[in-house]
Amino acid sequence: MLELHAVSKTFHPDTPNEVRSLRGVNLNLQPGSWVIIIGTNGSGKSTLLNAVAGTFLIDEGGIRLAGRDVTKWPEHARAELIGRVFQNPFSGTSPSLTIEENLSLASHRGRSRGLGWGMKASLVTRMRDEVSRLNMGLEDRLGNEIGSLSGGQRQALTLLMATWLRPELLLLDEHTAALDPKSADLVIALTEQVIARDQLTTLMVTHSMQQAASLGDRLIMMHRGQIIHDFQGAEKRRLRPDDLLARFEEVRRAEQLDESAALMLAARYV
Amino acid sequence: MSLLIGTFTIGLILSLLALGVFISFRIFAFPDITADGSITLGASVAAILLVHNVNPPLASLAGFLAGMLAGACTGLLHTRFKINSLLSGILVMTALYSVNLHVMGKANIPLLSVNTLVTESERIGVKLMRGATIFDIAGWEVTVRDASVLAAIALAVAATGISLYWFFRTDLGMAMRATGDNVQMVRALGVNDANMIVFGLGLSNGLVALSGALLAQYQGFADVGMGIGMVVWGLASVIIGEALIGTNRVGLTIVGAVMGSVLFRLLVAVALRWGLNPNDLKLITAGFVFCALIVPQFLHKRKVQAAHA
Repeated sequence: MLELHAVSKTFHPDTPNEVRSLRGVNLNLQPGSWVIIIGTNGSGKSTLLNAVAGTFLIDEGGIRLAGRDVTKWPEHARAELIGRVFQNPFSGTSPSLTIEENLSLASHRGRSRGLGWGMKASLVTRMRDEVSRLNMGLEDRLGNEIGSLSGGQRQALTLLMATWLRPELLLLDEHTAALDPKSADLVIALTEQVIARDQLTTLMVTHSMQQAASLGDRLIMMHRGQIIHDFQGAEKRRLRPDDLLARFEEVRRAEQLDESAALMLAARYV
Repeated sequence: MSLLIGTFTIGLILSLLALGVFISFRIFAFPDITADGSITLGASVAAILLVHNVNPPLASLAGFLAGMLAGACTGLLHTRFKINSLLSGILVMTALYSVNLHVMGKANIPLLSVNTLVTESERIGVKLMRGATIFDIAGWEVTVRDASVLAAIALAVAATGISLYWFFRTDLGMAMRATGDNVQMVRALGVNDANMIVFGLGLSNGLVALSGALLAQYQGFADVGMGIGMVVWGLASVIIGEALIGTNRVGLTIVGAVMGSVLFRLLVAVALRWGLNPNDLKLITAGFVFCALIVPQFLHKRKVQAAHA
């Protein structure tokens, strides 16, 4: 389904701010799998998602999605295959457009847009139906501007928009991190529903060890632009939040050892 | 009375300019200065065609298309070559000055002896009134010429406004509005935002140029200097329209821009009548827009201070 082959990306190359965000990442996703990505700040997990989405072009390596080589595709072209929900609830919707206009835009994801009327009756009927299933009472407010809604409501709608046309791949970039706990739970429940219903292949970045342990069927842990752990099948099912925290602690210790060792060597020999 | 009708007519003609400025400044948040050049471009293209006896609606349409091309150039400079939005507009506006001189062949083309939309609508008006040239409305004497020009322009503006409203509710039009609102989202939904900006600025400058084409026919000449300061004029109209309407629903904002343009023209006419020196007009307009831009900030600050006190 999704194949990443030796994907590398360096930001600000040859400057003091050089960051090697991805260093030869290999990853192969089976159709219908739900992969959770965790990692420390700056480990490259969001960068990995953006590389797949096409926010920037990668320096080396290749990306294949649904049988096609998308390595050189611009972001808007990849949207034909990919549905996305962002960390910021304001990123996924257009605030001055109404709920129905936003949904109508999503109903043409990756398709050509002409002078057809945006609010066809059949489309509006489906909108009512799908929006009422969110249980937020928004089905009677389809004509309201999305900017007037709460973050949780906007994120639920963004999820609906991302999956309105079944995407080959769903990218969730810490999509509940900016929400209050109640809204986050709601959005997670919706996420599980829609992924199960449409059997979506999903890449999900999260900060929550709880979510990382309980969701998905595979978990990868990133550090310094590389995948350092990959748990699948029974191994993933056994994982508890504490196990994950322990792994983070390991990484931190290894890091400290590296740095202090480096300092010691520098002090002695330089 | 003739003066009032004239004021309304010019206000309506310039409302197309306001709609163009509304698209670039408000929908795309793109400070597009091209309009200063494209309004003259529309006037020049229409004028030179009219002098060569092209029929007036066709000549006006040609002005519109020329404006679209100019706007698309600005869009391409910005999106393909990553030139700052303001600078892209300045470059195209500057280039247009020479283009306009070439189109016209001289700095000014009089249109008093050629067939224009004004003479056309007068002809139709006189026919409808069975040959009368003057009639009265509520005791006011109105010439058929003035009334039919106003009616024709009002029809044209209404048709443009309705088409624009319809367009902004189509798949393409919604994608355009969303582009100015949230680029990240439209890319994630498969919209090529660069193309949207090129097309949107084309549409914006097409309307501005159409406004110029109509203005030239109404005032009876096209002049290479007629575009100076017109962006600010359009912006003032848009700001007044927003104050009148107080919402950013797309249908009402279109009505607002038209109302704002007419009201602003009316205010200017009153001020000139009271003895405002016409040379001060651009200064006053700029001052007005300056105030309109800072007053909301100032009020907000006051409110915040009051909340803390």
